[in-house]
Amino acid sequence: MFSETVFTPLFLPELTLLVSAVVVILLDLFVKRKWWLAAVSIAGIVVSAGFAIAMWGGDSQSIFFGMMAVDNFAIFFKLLFLVIAALVILASTDYVAKFARFQGEYYALVLLSALGMMLMAATTELISIYIALELTSISLYILVGFLKDPKSTEASLKYLLLGAVASAILLFGMALVFGFTGQTQLGEIAAAIQSLSLSGVVSSPGLMLGIVLMIAGFGFKIAAVPFHMWVPDVYEGAPTPVTAYLSVASKAAGFAVILRVFYSAFGIPSWLSLDWMLIFAILAAVGMTVGNIIALTQTNIKRMLGYSSIAQAGYLMVGLAAVSFLWESSYRGTVTGQGGLLFFLASYALTNLGAFTAIIAISNKLDSDLIADYSGMGKRAPLLALALTLCLISLIGMPPAAGFMAKFYIFSGAVQQGLLWLVIIAVINSVISAYYYLRVVKVMWLGKPASATRVPSSIALRVALAISCLGVLVLGIIPGFVMKLAEMAAQMFVS
Amino acid sequence: MGLDVAFWILAVVGVTAALAVVLLGDVFRAALSLVLCFLAVAGIYLTLNADFLAVVQILVYVGAISVLIILAIMLTREVQRGSPSNRLRIPALFVAALFLVVVIYALLNTNWQISSVPPLEPTTPAIAGLLFGEGGFILPVEIAPILLLAAIIGAIVLVREK
Repeated sequence: MFSETVFTPLFLPELTLLVSAVVVILLDLFVKRKWWLAAVSIAGIVVSAGFAIAMWGGDSQSIFFGMMAVDNFAIFFKLLFLVIAALVILASTDYVAKFARFQGEYYALVLLSALGMMLMAATTELISIYIALELTSISLYILVGFLKDPKSTEASLKYLLLGAVASAILLFGMALVFGFTGQTQLGEIAAAIQSLSLSGVVSSPGLMLGIVLMIAGFGFKIAAVPFHMWVPDVYEGAPTPVTAYLSVASKAAGFAVILRVFYSAFGIPSWLSLDWMLIFAILAAVGMTVGNIIALTQTNIKRMLGYSSIAQAGYLMVGLAAVSFLWESSYRGTVTGQGGLLFFLASYALTNLGAFTAIIAISNKLDSDLIADYSGMGKRAPLLALALTLCLISLIGMPPAAGFMAKFYIFSGAVQQGLLWLVIIAVINSVISAYYYLRVVKVMWLGKPASATRVPSSIALRVALAISCLGVLVLGIIPGFVMKLAEMAAQMFVS
Repeated sequence: MGLDVAFWILAVVGVTAALAVVLLGDVFRAALSLVLCFLAVAGIYLTLNADFLAVVQILVYVGAISVLIILAIMLTREVQRGSPSNRLRIPALFVAALFLVVVIYALLNTNWQISSVPPLEPTTPAIAGLLFGEGGFILPVEIAPILLLAAIIGAIVLVREK
């Protein structure tokens, strides 16, 4: 019995990733040609994804004495993180020349943080969630500082300090919830809260404070607005592939944890979910507005995408607010809103990765991230510029790109749940955002090229860019298949 | 009664030491205050019958981490300048005070569940059972070494020349 729980085949995706990270470190000592490291990492990711796909569609199971769930929701996110990690590794094969001595460490840390994110999406117990989150964060703190120049070091230090504060706040929140319910398993927390038959917030300020502090702690991860101050500096200073990784994977992991924790532990009674729904709705409204308005004035494209990612987190939280209404509404049993949230995360991941991959190629040549320097890029690198244009259009939410379908699903889910005011704010924000995204497009296609030299890019990077752009188009034109997967994954909310 | 008195003394010492860590300008003195704060927390664990936790607190925090911090300070140049002040002091104080009031209000007005079971003694076997036994916390125990691996790789990257 005991041996079964220490090794279970259901843990194979995680174990594979761990093994490949260790192999990469060891291989780094022996091989001269470093592209082997990227190849081994990709191979590990593919095998891990294979194991995860093999488990798709089965009944929900839990392993490690109920500490970790193996359900469609977790597998959906695991696959998302694996795809992101693979694309980031492909896109960084050129970029790693900037820290040539640390290539093995770089790939290993990308794999380890992906492992942490997979655990974040799957664990169902507060202590495990916290440790998985720290595994992700510590790997990312280091990755941000890889360039070792003043900006990168400053970014890393800022991220570490603010991240540590966020962790402390999260732990304090978890401690209060544990103190109130006496449980750390999400399911048992829910049972304890129900058995206490509380009547409202007033009767349990301790629990409410715990929940609010947990929202603050997780809000840091997803860059929700009052906890977003780290985003611009870290995005600007970090190596560009790491910025891409941070902006999509770390955000998706944060949303996965929030969905699971708040849904499994604080979903019932309905006044409780209404309380945190309202918090998320307000954070969403503020986040979208602040992110978009500050993005208007940015001149550095990495900073601009940083603020844009704050705004995108706002749109995602619209989905979160709609999800939590489920227990109340007559739409119980439909999962459009929840599936929409997962679909949005997938499409946002592909879109942002595509945009950043194009930026990696361009800035490698230009050695600058200023939007003004992108002038005339349409003539110097037509394919890169075309790909970047497609991704920016997707970020606005215009057809035929994935962003349009994603916003359509999330907003219609929110309208169904009666959150019309929030959707109106979101739509106004989408219009504002079009201005700064299209400004880049305009500079690229209508501006004068500064020089006639073309912008080179490696094959691996082109593959990553092609996959991202193809994904953006496929999700935008035939969203049905992925939406079906997302709805299957979201079934855990209604059963 | 005796335990109550001990708790309050330790709490006052702990909070005062923690304030000293933040407020003292001299970094070295701040580090020593941190040691005192750790010791007070270890004492509070003892009053709660958490003997194993208290010993771990002393070994790890008072012993290892404090030495590490003090060593790091000794290796730092320009440590004489001390911890700089900044213009956000007053707003930070205000926010911290507000947070304190909210926390105290919440703690006092909540019906906390109080265990009726007498505390275990000694706690070490029980903790071992919880960590490694059937139905226990083996998953976090297994993730923790991966976390350490990531941290070690990070330390190597940070220390080595580019």
